[in-house]
Amino acid sequence: MPQDALSIQNVSHDFGRFQALKDVSLTVPRGGFTALLGVNGAGKTTLFSLITRLYDNRSGRIEVAGHDLRRQPGAALARLGVVFQSRALDADLTVAQNLEYHAALHGIPRREARARSLEVLAQVDLSDRLHTRVSALSGGQSRRAEIARALIHRPEILLLDEPTVGLDVKSRTEVVALTRELTRGGVSALWATHILDEIRPQDGLVILHKGQVLACGNAGAIGGEDLTATFLRLTGEAA
Amino acid sequence: MSHRLTPRMWLTAFLGIARRETLRFVNQRGRFLAALVRPLVWLFIFAAGFRAVLGLSITPPYQTYVLYEVYVTPGLCAMIQLFNGMQSSLSMVHDRETGAMRTLLVSPFPRWFLLGAKLVAGVIVSIIQVYTFLAIAWFWDVQPPAIGYLAVLPALFLSGLMLGALGLFLSSAIRQLENFAGVMNFVIFPMFFASSALYPLWRMNESSPLLHDICAANPFTHAVELIRFALYGRFDLLSFLVVSGCLVLFFAGAVIMYDPAKGLWARRKGGT
Repeated sequence: MPQDALSIQNVSHDFGRFQALKDVSLTVPRGGFTALLGVNGAGKTTLFSLITRLYDNRSGRIEVAGHDLRRQPGAALARLGVVFQSRALDADLTVAQNLEYHAALHGIPRREARARSLEVLAQVDLSDRLHTRVSALSGGQSRRAEIARALIHRPEILLLDEPTVGLDVKSRTEVVALTRELTRGGVSALWATHILDEIRPQDGLVILHKGQVLACGNAGAIGGEDLTATFLRLTGEAA
Repeated sequence: MSHRLTPRMWLTAFLGIARRETLRFVNQRGRFLAALVRPLVWLFIFAAGFRAVLGLSITPPYQTYVLYEVYVTPGLCAMIQLFNGMQSSLSMVHDRETGAMRTLLVSPFPRWFLLGAKLVAGVIVSIIQVYTFLAIAWFWDVQPPAIGYLAVLPALFLSGLMLGALGLFLSSAIRQLENFAGVMNFVIFPMFFASSALYPLWRMNESSPLLHDICAANPFTHAVELIRFALYGRFDLLSFLVVSGCLVLFFAGAVIMYDPAKGLWARRKGGT
């Protein structure tokens, strides 16, 4: 079994003349919570788009649970659960219908999908919203439903692209706590954010700035006493 | 965990996509009504007005003079499919804007399959619309032979696939929902009016040989003729070949455009 849930080696990406990512390398260990920290425009979403194969990875190597994304895209994508920055659930359908649809996209039969829906909704504390239309959910509930959707095919790693954007403080705290709880159950998480107080010293941390990795390792070791000051110093954003 | 995609998994994925399309269709009753009202307005009002001014000689597959309503019905069936194909295209652009498209594209199944499944699901919906229209038209004295209702099914499936694939291809090139008005002006209207849907091509030839040639080259004309012949229990080889060829061309174009390695839209920042 490979050591890392996700391994990215020397990945670059450009949009014409704009270099979005420059020689990015990072790893996400199994069962860990790793924060991908960067200001808006740092390249987090581009990196996620490469990992999820929405964009073609033209340089370097991406491996998901030991599966090369280029050579074994099906095997790699089967192990990924993704919570996108913007809403990805169909607002016209119920939570159950969305979950069953997503399960089908992973080849999970309907009967099994129903059983798994109950299981993942219990995990995200949304059991009572099974037959509620997504359009009727609150922001926090909607986010938790997105996480349930990402979990239904039992992925080895969860990618969460700024999942707390637009949420109130209470919902934000709940979503972060929920994701940490999931990692204790064995799922790895790569959590993209620009909010420093979502990161704890024991987390893994990757600081991405202008498409480059400035630091990669343990958050406590990188940030020391003051992660904010370290981040501003590294990114050159300090006054 | 095994990652081999078994035949059962492929079937499950197809049924899941088809189910979602059906649920969306059922939830949007207005869409069904709009799809039905449009051709009915043409049949009840436009055709009634034109019956008096447009004389029709005996042209295959008809073996006698036919009323204009009878002539125009296959064209209106194809019109339902044309609008349905463009509606699917619109829904793809909408899904891309809202982010729902990404759920589909991060599935472990290959993109050609995901797009194909979505295409087939959309065609099934359009066939339901066409049969509902034909049922209403029957009461308006548009009564093709009974065998025609059966024979037209594969023709509708093929023409629906071709028009749906065109919509899929267009959706890959359209970046924003607002740009969709251009599709109406530059694709739907020219395709529909420059075809044999509303008037026979020989009529067009009397007015302008160039326009006749344009209409004859229009894939939509061949979709209409495929349906027209099938509705009368006959098979039009040329239309079959043109529609099949265009289907392959449009679908291949869509698959290439949605391929992250080759597609144009995937290379643009924020393209998803």
